[in-house]
Amino acid sequence: MKKHADNHLLTRPGTWIGLVVLATAPLWIKSVGLYPYLALEIMIWMMFALGYNLLLGQAGLPSFGHGAFLGIGAYAFGLLQLKFGAGLWLALFGAAATASLAGALVAAFISHRRGIYYALLTIAFGQVFWFISIKWHSVTGGEDGLLNIARPAANFGLFELSLKSNNALYYFTFALLVLVVIFLWRLSYSPFGRILQAVKQNETRAAFVGHNVWLYKFLAFVISTAVAGLAGALFAMAQQSAYPNVMSLHNSGFVVMMVLIGGGLVSFWGPLIGAAFFILARDLLGAYTETWLLWYGLAFMAMVIFKPEGIAGMWQSWRTRGNPSGTTA
Amino acid sequence: MTALFSAHQLAKRFGDRLVLQDVSFDVEEGQVHGIMGPNGAGKTTCFNVLTGRYQPDGGTVMLRGNDITGGSPRAIARHGIARSFQLMNLFDDFTALENVAVATRSLRAHGFGFWRDAMSAGDAYERADAILLRVGLQDKASLRAGSLSYGDRRALEIAVALAGEPVLLFLDEPTAGLGAEGIARVADLVTELKRHLTMVIIEHDMRFLFRLADRISVVHWGQVIARGTPAELRENVWVQRSNLRQLTC
Ligand SMILES: Nc1ncnc2c1ncn2[C@@H]1O[C@H](COP(=O)(O)OP(=O)(O)O)[C@@H](O)[C@H]1O
Ligand SMILES: [Mg+2]
Repeated sequence: MKKHADNHLLTRPGTWIGLVVLATAPLWIKSVGLYPYLALEIMIWMMFALGYNLLLGQAGLPSFGHGAFLGIGAYAFGLLQLKFGAGLWLALFGAAATASLAGALVAAFISHRRGIYYALLTIAFGQVFWFISIKWHSVTGGEDGLLNIARPAANFGLFELSLKSNNALYYFTFALLVLVVIFLWRLSYSPFGRILQAVKQNETRAAFVGHNVWLYKFLAFVISTAVAGLAGALFAMAQQSAYPNVMSLHNSGFVVMMVLIGGGLVSFWGPLIGAAFFILARDLLGAYTETWLLWYGLAFMAMVIFKPEGIAGMWQSWRTRGNPSGTTA
Repeated sequence: MTALFSAHQLAKRFGDRLVLQDVSFDVEEGQVHGIMGPNGAGKTTCFNVLTGRYQPDGGTVMLRGNDITGGSPRAIARHGIARSFQLMNLFDDFTALENVAVATRSLRAHGFGFWRDAMSAGDAYERADAILLRVGLQDKASLRAGSLSYGDRRALEIAVALAGEPVLLFLDEPTAGLGAEGIARVADLVTELKRHLTMVIIEHDMRFLFRLADRISVVHWGQVIARGTPAELRENVWVQRSNLRQLTC
């Protein structure tokens, strides 16, 4: 009996198409009029959005202050490097750990909430972190942030890989993204993921069948903020700096839009699609008009009104035309 | 012999309204205890207090000699009490099978396995298959719960409660909204479950309850106004006078 959607990553054509496109992007990106740094930025946002979707898409928890954890990762990476001389691996790990610690602190306060209260609290906490980043001069560098963050070489024992070029950092980020994808994919089909999805659909019933709803919500937040921290560290490397804007409400909003536009609510891959779409739209529209965010915002509203399942949802309904019983992944 | 389960002098108020007062009943192992009474009598509230949704304002609840008064829904579930809901309370986007599997003890025990596949987590899916067979949903296993018919959803509601392998099962109006055929189906299921399971059933369908229950408590205005075996209750003056059919509208 077929129990639920096929959960083997490598049997899906989409996986291979995605891998090929991402793996070859530096080769053709210039010929389509774009630039390598853009690919790197997309990759980082993909990671951030995918981790974020564990919360929004899988657990149904609306965190609207998630930019804070991207920023905390960026600052932590910078500080570990600049003040403590940490190498690449330690600084990356430290960034993820710091963001998830901050995440645990926030989650401890909000995991008994849901819906609008949950959302409001995440915004409030996000603003607190942003405020701290501006005011705590001696550590964060205030409005200027941390400058001159280096891109240390990746030491694999047998050989070293310089990450100075955008393309090298792109492939490094790609490798980490693949690891994050594998981890989150397994997670979504694990008992933990199933229970999280149950909590999303019906928190009350999940408690009545004996699950520790609070703890699942807590852990989802912590895992999601760890991924955000890792993405933030890569962002600090990409930008060679960390500054308050990274954790602004803007970025918190962008990641929500990415996930929704991409179709994170109906598809594991939605956030990746959405991140690419968002950053490309920003760049392409931004080249024509200063007011790109207005047009983007209108497109976003149209999407939410007419096709709330996002791009991935369009793709799914196109694929399952005439097969209404088709279940979604 | 002490009862498997006993509720003693339960009280619950909402604001200044006393919705339950001095409600006591015992359930012996292997018995079906029926609860009937008019709409708004406090039957569902009684379940809610017993299963941790609301804190009682007084009284004690014992299961197998343990005091479980005021425990959280999760704690009560882990003590082995499962319940179904009067208004359906499923995981609508999951398939029928996933609804049951996610409620099994096996899946719960592996709940913090981040890396393993849920389908290989203990025997969760095998058990879920067996439970769906038991409630007659084996052919609907891979359909979304939200797309099932009303009768099938009622059956799934019970299946989810069964998934936790309870020692005591509370069913809140399992036949609500069903036609004769649906009621017969639930009656068959309860008859079958009765062989291994102790149950407390809120039910407004008199024939259903009088046929299946070993003892019945009649609740009115938050109080137990009569209790006994179905045979005793038929003789009960109060029950006769208030015209059972009307009483249980
Ligand atoms: N959460 C609540 N807050 C306030 N009043 C409630 C609540 N739940 C139930 N009640 C009231 O308690 C009374 C008993 O309700 P209930 O237990 O649902 O009755 P029933 O016997 O029909 O299941 C009703 O008058 C209902 O309005
Ligand atoms: Mg009721």
